[in-house]
Amino acid sequence: MIQLAFYAFAGLSLMGALAVLFTRNVLYAAFFLLLTLLGVAGLFVLASADFLAIAQIMIYVGGVLVLVIFGVMLTHKPEPPGDSNSQQPNRIVSQNRSGNGSGWILAVFVTGSLFAALFTLLARANFVLLTQPVGWQSTVNTIGKQLMTEYVVPFELAGILLLAALVGATYLASPLAKSSRNATR
Amino acid sequence: MQPVDSHLFLIVGAALFSIGLAVVLLKRHVIVVLMGIELMLNGVNVNLVAFSQYDPDRLQGQMLALFVMVVAAAESAVALAIVLQVYRHFRTAQLDELNELKQ
Repeated sequence: MIQLAFYAFAGLSLMGALAVLFTRNVLYAAFFLLLTLLGVAGLFVLASADFLAIAQIMIYVGGVLVLVIFGVMLTHKPEPPGDSNSQQPNRIVSQNRSGNGSGWILAVFVTGSLFAALFTLLARANFVLLTQPVGWQSTVNTIGKQLMTEYVVPFELAGILLLAALVGATYLASPLAKSSRNATR
Repeated sequence: MQPVDSHLFLIVGAALFSIGLAVVLLKRHVIVVLMGIELMLNGVNVNLVAFSQYDPDRLQGQMLALFVMVVAAAESAVALAIVLQVYRHFRTAQLDELNELKQ
C-alpha cells in the first residue's frame, strides 16, 4: 500500500515535471508545476518528513506558485485588439531556444548524460546508512528544538534574508524605480 | 520498518534535477526558466529528506531542506521583481530577445 502511494506520488511529480518541459504554454507549465510540487509533498510524507510536507505546500504552492502565476500574467504581451476571442484559451507561448532542433539535441544530451551518470552511480552505490531501520514519528518537536538550539543562527539569518528580499522585491517592482532609472539614463 | 526503498527517493530526486536542468537549458521564457530552477531545488530537497529519515535525532537534512525552501522563496520573489522591471524596459520576457549588448 505504501509502495503504491510512493509510486503514485513519484509518477505524479515526474509526469508534472515532464509536462513542464514539453508544454509550450507558460500558464499550463505553471499548473503542471503545481502537480509536481504536490507530488513532492507526498514524497516528503512518505519519507517521514511531515512538517516539511506542510511547509512545502504552504511555501511553494501557496507562495511561490502564486508569485509565478502573477509574473506570467504581468509579463503577458496583450493580443492585438479585435483578435481577442473569449473562446480562445489563454495562450502565453514560451518558445524553445534555437528552435531548429539543435537546442533540443544539446539539452537532451546534457541532461540525459547527467541522469544516466547519476542513475548508474545510485544503482551501484551501497549506502550503509540506507540499510538501517527507520521509524515513523513526528518531526515537529525535533525541528522546533533544532531551530532554537543548533540552527538558531541560520534561523535568524533567514529572517533577515526574508526581510531584505521583501524590501528589495517591493522596491524593484515598484514604478518608482522606473522613474529614477529614467532620470539617471 | 522500511516501507519504501530509499534508493527510489534518490532516483526520483535525480530525475527531477535532470528535468529541471533541461527546462533551464531549453526554454526561452524567463518565468519557465525560474520554474526549472524550482524543479532543481525540489529534486535536491527530495534527496536531503530521503537521507534525513535515518537521522531522527538531529534531522540535519530536513533542516537544510527547510532553509533551501526559505532561500528559494526569497529568490523567486526577487527574481520575479527583476523580471517585471525587464519586461517594463524591453517589453518582452523571452530571453533570446534580450540581446541589447550584442547589437
